[in-house]
Amino acid sequence: MEVDVRVFATLRRYMPEQGIGEALRLDVQDGATLGRICDQLGIPRQEIKIVMQNGLQVDFDTPAEPDARIAYIPAVGGG
Amino acid sequence: MARKILRINMTDLSATYEDIPEKWAKWGGRGLTSAIIFDEVEPTCHPLGPNNKLVIAPGWVSGTPAAPSSGRTSFGAKSPLTGTIKESNSGGLSSQKIGKLGIAAIILEGQPKDGKWYSIFIDKDGVKFEDASDLLGKGMEEVDKVMWERYPHKPAVIGIGPVGERKLTNAGISVNDPENNPGRYAGRGGLGAVMGARGVKAIVVDDKGGPGVHIANPELFKQGRRKLTKAIQAHDLTKKNGGLNAYGTDVLMNIINEAGGLPTRNFSSGQFEGAAKISGEMIAEMVEKRKAGQTGHACHPGCIIQCSNVYPGPDGQIIASPVEYETAMALGSNCGIDDLDFVAQMTKYCNDLGMDTIEAGNTIAVAMEGGLLEFGDKEGALALFEEIAKGTPLGRILGQGVEATAKAFGLYRVPTVKGQSMPAYEPRAIKGIGVTYATSTMGADHTSGYTIAPEIAGVGGKVDPMSIEGKAELSLTFQAATAFIDSTGYCLFIAFPILDIPEGWEGMAESVAGVMGMDITGADVVPMGKEILRMERLFNERAGFTKEDDRLPEFMRTEPLPPHNTVWDVPDEVLDEVYAWVHE
Repeated sequence: MEVDVRVFATLRRYMPEQGIGEALRLDVQDGATLGRICDQLGIPRQEIKIVMQNGLQVDFDTPAEPDARIAYIPAVGGG
Repeated sequence: MARKILRINMTDLSATYEDIPEKWAKWGGRGLTSAIIFDEVEPTCHPLGPNNKLVIAPGWVSGTPAAPSSGRTSFGAKSPLTGTIKESNSGGLSSQKIGKLGIAAIILEGQPKDGKWYSIFIDKDGVKFEDASDLLGKGMEEVDKVMWERYPHKPAVIGIGPVGERKLTNAGISVNDPENNPGRYAGRGGLGAVMGARGVKAIVVDDKGGPGVHIANPELFKQGRRKLTKAIQAHDLTKKNGGLNAYGTDVLMNIINEAGGLPTRNFSSGQFEGAAKISGEMIAEMVEKRKAGQTGHACHPGCIIQCSNVYPGPDGQIIASPVEYETAMALGSNCGIDDLDFVAQMTKYCNDLGMDTIEAGNTIAVAMEGGLLEFGDKEGALALFEEIAKGTPLGRILGQGVEATAKAFGLYRVPTVKGQSMPAYEPRAIKGIGVTYATSTMGADHTSGYTIAPEIAGVGGKVDPMSIEGKAELSLTFQAATAFIDSTGYCLFIAFPILDIPEGWEGMAESVAGVMGMDITGADVVPMGKEILRMERLFNERAGFTKEDDRLPEFMRTEPLPPHNTVWDVPDEVLDEVYAWVHE
């Protein structure tokens, strides 16, 4: 199955080909967890503060849904 | 030397230095501005009339040596925008300089009998009143420049632009930054109009030769500030090249968009297709590509977070500083505009004319919904700032902010609480921040109880943004801790590291205890914050506010917000819990 993966801010260096906010269309094993997918992309889990699937916060153990919009996010804040 | 209150009376042009009375002695920053407003301002007074006062107070530690990121000034008054008490705080040069003159607060009261305008110069030798007629109608860029030419020692310049002179309710108070640009604002709540109503165009502060801040227990202070510094430098968000330093507050643009909570086209959607183009990552890219401007800019001396930026245009000329997340939301996504150069140009107008960027952008969005122009019309939006600059009748309506403009256009979708428009987090997608908007003593204000930290950023714990459970308590705890931090003079962004690193929290309290000689620890932060909230809440009650005012606008309860298609469903009883303790 395929998913769209986005990374932001300091994590963009792990997907340098993608423009800002641009998704990488990725072929993953059916039912792969979001932790597995970031491992596959070489993004260190300790640099990821938030994992989102379709706009909802989930965790590394959550299985990806087909065509999911997945985002890995580092420490952010502001206001 | 003990701190003094500097009382400036514009009716008889007098200035007196008073001993600080016992009842105010323990306060600084927001705690002090709110205590003074609570004691001295009639809650039912007209905000632009003779009985309102503008109080300016540096925080407890502002002006001390090496307290990190501690240049915040609190401005307090009864707000002409909300009718509530207001504390709006700003970075820039003013806080440390007022503190180093030994002044705990400046109380600006009265109104000139002759209707004239004045500037006020304060240094170690006292106060001078000067005719400001030559500065009338001038924007803050020129006022700052003139003041640095007129006075030596690169003073702090606190001033209002033409919008403040006209006493419009979206007038902010500008403070110059270390490069003498006017981008640091006590923006929210129309306090620029309160200053204008005192006949004061600018207050210039030169601290040279001042007595400095008295530190009661230097060892404790040093221990505290070291712990705090260490926490700031260790946390992923606030460390050098961390999220805030590298991308500024606009690092949130893509994230809040991803979470479906980014106000878009006058709060009709939580996602904006052009978010990436107005994000912090794009600001950093423009700075790099155009080989001009700066990220990691400090808004005041001694800041070690340095989240500000200086935004360059295509020709490498500087357009504005800073472009914040709030600004990029209000002037960008909420207007359907995905062009950072235009966002920066509108920011420049706000900084020069003297307006809050959040209220200004949200006002343009309301005008778009009202049919004055289309969403996404960036040239049209820029032209509206010219109307505001010229002071045309339309410009004056727009200068009053969202609520007045929405009334002028007959709109129902009005995203305000107590007259103040909502900042960059959609409460239908992030419930805790909605509880803060509804109940804050300030009107819709994210900084007054930033539950976004645990709801989105995973800082200070992790809670589900869509859930209602525990949100009353969460919001109250954040509102109380914030009231304390707003009193310290430290930037509110120290909250991120110290929520995660307990030694940093302790360090903050110890540094305050060291300066003030107070017997407090980290455990006193929330209770002392609640003391401040109590004064503010009681002021508002006496001004006529009730719990029925602690509500979000009706349309949010019935219009589902894409992409999650949720409505505002936090029950009124939950909102009423937040301040139930005030009368217990």
